[in-house]
Amino acid sequence: MTAPRLAIEALSAISLRANNAPILRRVSLTVDTGEVHGLVGESGAGKSTIAKAILGIIPSQVKVTGGRIIFEGRDLLSLPANELRAVLGRDIALVPQDPSTALNPSRRIDAQMTDGLRLKRGLSAKEARLRARALLAEVQIRDPERVLSSYPHQLSGGMRQRVLIAAAFALEPKLVIADEPTTALDVTVQKQILRLIRALQERHGTSVLFVSHDLGVVAKICDRVSVLYMGKVVEQGRTGDVLQAPHHAYTKALLAANPRYDRPDTGLEPTPPEVVAALRAEIAAFDAGGSIGEARDG
Amino acid sequence: MLERGDVKHSAQIAGAPAIKEAEPRPLPVYLRLVRDPKVVCAGGFILLLVVLAIGAPLIAPQDPLAQNLLNATLPPVGFADAEPGFLLGTDGLGRDVLSRVIYGSRVSLTVAFVAAGLACLIGSLLGLMAGYLGAITDAVISRLVDVWMAFPPVLLSILLIAVIGTGLHSVIIAIVVIDWTRFCRVVRTETMNQAQMDYVVAARTIGFSRPATLFREILPNVVPVLIALLTLEMGIAVVVEAILSFVGLSVSSDTPTWGGMIAEGRQIVHEAWWVLAVPLAALFATVVAFNQLGDGLARSLDPVLRR
Amino acid sequence: MADDLLIARGLVVAYGGHSASFLGARKPVPVLHGVDIRVGRGETVGIVGESGSGKTTLGRALLGLVRPAAGTVTFAGSDITALEEKARRPLRRRMQMIFQDPMSSLNPRHTIGRILTEPLLLHGFAASRKSALSMVHGVLDRVGLSRTTVDRYSFELSGGQRQRVGIARAVVLKPDFVLADEIVSGLDVSTQAQVLQLLKELTGEMHLALAFISHDLSVVRSICQRVVVMREGQVVEEGPCQRVFTAASSSYTRMLIDAIPLPTIDPGWLARGAATESAGAG
Repeated sequence: MTAPRLAIEALSAISLRANNAPILRRVSLTVDTGEVHGLVGESGAGKSTIAKAILGIIPSQVKVTGGRIIFEGRDLLSLPANELRAVLGRDIALVPQDPSTALNPSRRIDAQMTDGLRLKRGLSAKEARLRARALLAEVQIRDPERVLSSYPHQLSGGMRQRVLIAAAFALEPKLVIADEPTTALDVTVQKQILRLIRALQERHGTSVLFVSHDLGVVAKICDRVSVLYMGKVVEQGRTGDVLQAPHHAYTKALLAANPRYDRPDTGLEPTPPEVVAALRAEIAAFDAGGSIGEARDG
Repeated sequence: MLERGDVKHSAQIAGAPAIKEAEPRPLPVYLRLVRDPKVVCAGGFILLLVVLAIGAPLIAPQDPLAQNLLNATLPPVGFADAEPGFLLGTDGLGRDVLSRVIYGSRVSLTVAFVAAGLACLIGSLLGLMAGYLGAITDAVISRLVDVWMAFPPVLLSILLIAVIGTGLHSVIIAIVVIDWTRFCRVVRTETMNQAQMDYVVAARTIGFSRPATLFREILPNVVPVLIALLTLEMGIAVVVEAILSFVGLSVSSDTPTWGGMIAEGRQIVHEAWWVLAVPLAALFATVVAFNQLGDGLARSLDPVLRR
Repeated sequence: MADDLLIARGLVVAYGGHSASFLGARKPVPVLHGVDIRVGRGETVGIVGESGSGKTTLGRALLGLVRPAAGTVTFAGSDITALEEKARRPLRRRMQMIFQDPMSSLNPRHTIGRILTEPLLLHGFAASRKSALSMVHGVLDRVGLSRTTVDRYSFELSGGQRQRVGIARAVVLKPDFVLADEIVSGLDVSTQAQVLQLLKELTGEMHLALAFISHDLSVVRSICQRVVVMREGQVVEEGPCQRVFTAASSSYTRMLIDAIPLPTIDPGWLARGAATESAGAG
C-alpha cells in the first residue's frame, strides 16, 4: 500500500482574534497519488484555512495548535522557511479563486508566467517563454502568442483562469491545491475549466486538493470528498458514496438545501431546528472533550 | 460574481436567524470620543490653546507689547539670571516670551478655524456638486479648478496681499482662495466613488431627487475624508500664517504672532535661543495636535472605521 | 394580456453614447439589441444569462434607471420611458429593487432603522418618525429579523441578515413590482434557501410581480414560474419553467442547462459537449 501524497493528521487551529475560538478541529484527510480530493464546506467551515496551512500562508491571527501535514515524508508545519519555499511552487502549486486579483495588473502575462520557470528551473528567458507558450497550448488557448503579450485586463475571466492553471502546472507539481477555481466563472466556462483540470491532472499524474462549496462541482471532478462543518470533518469517502448515501446529518442538510433544476421543489426548505441543535451539540461535545488548544505533541 | 462568504460568523445551517450577540451595543457619541486617546490628548491641547487665546488678557502674565530694555534677553526660569516674572524668558526688547506666545495663539487659531473652515465649505460644496450633479456641472467646476490651480500659489498670495493690503483678513482670504481647490478635488473624487455604490441607486429607486440623494446619502460617507482634510488644512493654515508673518506680510507688527517671533528669534538665536525655540515648539505642537485630532475624530465618529 | 403589469418592447440600450466629452462622443457600446419581456401581476419571472448577456441592464431599463435608445417600457398602462424624471417619481413607489451586494446597497453610515423609515417618510406613509418606526418593526418581524436591528449598522449584520434588510426595504412601500438582481449570489447555500423561501412567501402574500435576475438556473427553477433566457443582449428563449427546463427549444438553453453540475455521479458529463464548445475564445 503506497503512502498517500498528502496526509493531514489531526490538524487543529484557533483564532486568536475571536477569543481562541476553534477554527479547525482535528482535521484528518489523505490525498493519494493521482487522486482528486474534494474539500467541501460552506464559508467559515475552515476550507481555506486548511489550504493556507499547506501553503504556509496562515494569517497571523490564526494559530495551529496541533496536528501534522505530511508531504513526501516531511511535516510541512515544522519545516524551516527556506525549505518550505523550495517545496512550494515546485512540488505544491495553487490555482487561486479569483483570476482577476491573482494576476498582477501591471505586468504582462509572459513575464508573470516565466517567473517560476526561471527561478525554480533556471531556464533562460527565451526557454521559459517557449515553455510558457507550450503550456498555454496545453490549456487549450488557441492563440498563445497573443495571450502572452497581453495584460490581464485584456483577457476574459475564463482565459485568465486558464493562464493561472497553466502557471500552476508549469513546474509539474506533485500536488495542486485548487481553491474554488471556478466560483467566479460562468457555468459554461466552468465546465470547460473542470474538464481542463481533469485532463491535466490525468496526464501529469498530479494529485489535486479541490476546495469548493459547490457539491455539484465536487460530484463531477472529485474521486473522494471530505465534508467540513465548523472546522470538523463530518463525513469522508468516495464521492458517489457520500452523495448518494450520506451518513451525517450535515451532509444530508447540505444536499437538501441545494436547489436542483431537475427537482423543482428542492432548495427552499430551511433545515429543521432540531437538526441544527443536534449539529451544534455535536460540536460542543467535541470541544468539551478538550482536544483543541493543547500543546503540539505531534 | 461576488465572492461567497461575507459571513463573519462560522458556517451554520441555521433555523432561526439571530443578531450576533458578540457585538457590544454602540456607546453614545460623547462617551466614544472621551475614550479615544488621540481625541482626548490632541483635543485637550487644542482646547487649551483656545482657552489661552480667548482668555489671553487674563491669563498672560505680562503685557506682550511692553518693552523694557533692562530685561532684554532674560533666559527662561530654571537657567541662570532668570527673573521669576518671565517664565519663558524675554526677547531682544525685553518683552515676555510666554505672554507673546499666548497672544500669538489668537492669530494662529483664528486663521486655522476661519480660513480652513471657509476653504472646506466652499471647496466641498463645489466638489459634491461636481461629483454628482451631472456631466455639465462637473465639466464647468473641474475646468475652473484646473485653471485656478495653474496659478503658482505663492505668487498668488503675494499678489493678493499686495492688492488688498496686509492684515489678518488678507491672510485668511489668501488661504481660502488657494486651498479651496484641494477640498474640491478630493471631495469630488470621493463623491464619484460613492455614487457608484448600490445604496445611491437604492435611494433613487425609493424616490429621492438627485440633490436629496447627494446630501442625505452621499455626504455622510464623504465626511470622514473631509474631517481628515479639514484638520490637515488647519495645520497648514497655521504654518502659512507663520510664514507670512515671518516675511512681514501678515498682521501689523504690533500684534505678536508666532511667525513674527520666529523671525525675530532667528536673528538672535545664538544669544537667546528660547526666543526662537518657544514659538517654534508651539507651532509644531499645534500642527501635530490638529492632525492627531483629525485622525482620532474620524475614527471615533465613523461607525465604519470604528470596527 | 390583460393581467400584464410590466411590458417592455424592443428595448435597445447602449452605453457610452451620450456622455458629454469635449473630444467628441465615444462610440456607444450596444448592450441590449431589441428585447421584449412581460411580467404579469403576482407572477415571478426569471431572467437568466451568463456574463455579458445584458440581464442586469435589462433590469435597470425596466425600472427606468437607464434610458433606452429605442423601445418602450409600459408599467400599469403608462409608458415610463416617455416620462421625465419628475413625472416618474410617483411611480417609483410601485417599482422597487433588491440588490446583489448587500454590503454596498445599504448606506454604511445609516442605521438600519433610518434606511427603512426614510422611504415611509418620503412617500407620506407615516407622519412621524415614531409611526414609521412601528411600521418598520412590523416589516422586520415579517422578514425574520430582530427588532433591535433598527439600531444596527449594516456591517454588524451577516450577509443573510443584510439581504433580509434589502428585502424589507423593497417591500416596505408595498410596491406592485420588485426587481431582484442576483440577490443570493453571495450567500451560503443554507442562507440562500432561507432568503428564497422568504421571497416566495412575500410575493404570494403581497401579490407582487417579481423579476428575478440570476446566473444560477437551479435557483430560478425553484422560485420562478416563467423564465427568459438571454444571450449577448437578446432573448434566446422564453416560456414556463416547466417546459424550458425539460424540453428547451434553443440549443443555447440546452447547453446552458447541461453545463450545470448536479450533485450526482455522471461519468460522461465532463466529456459531453466538448466538441461543440469553443475553447480559448478569450
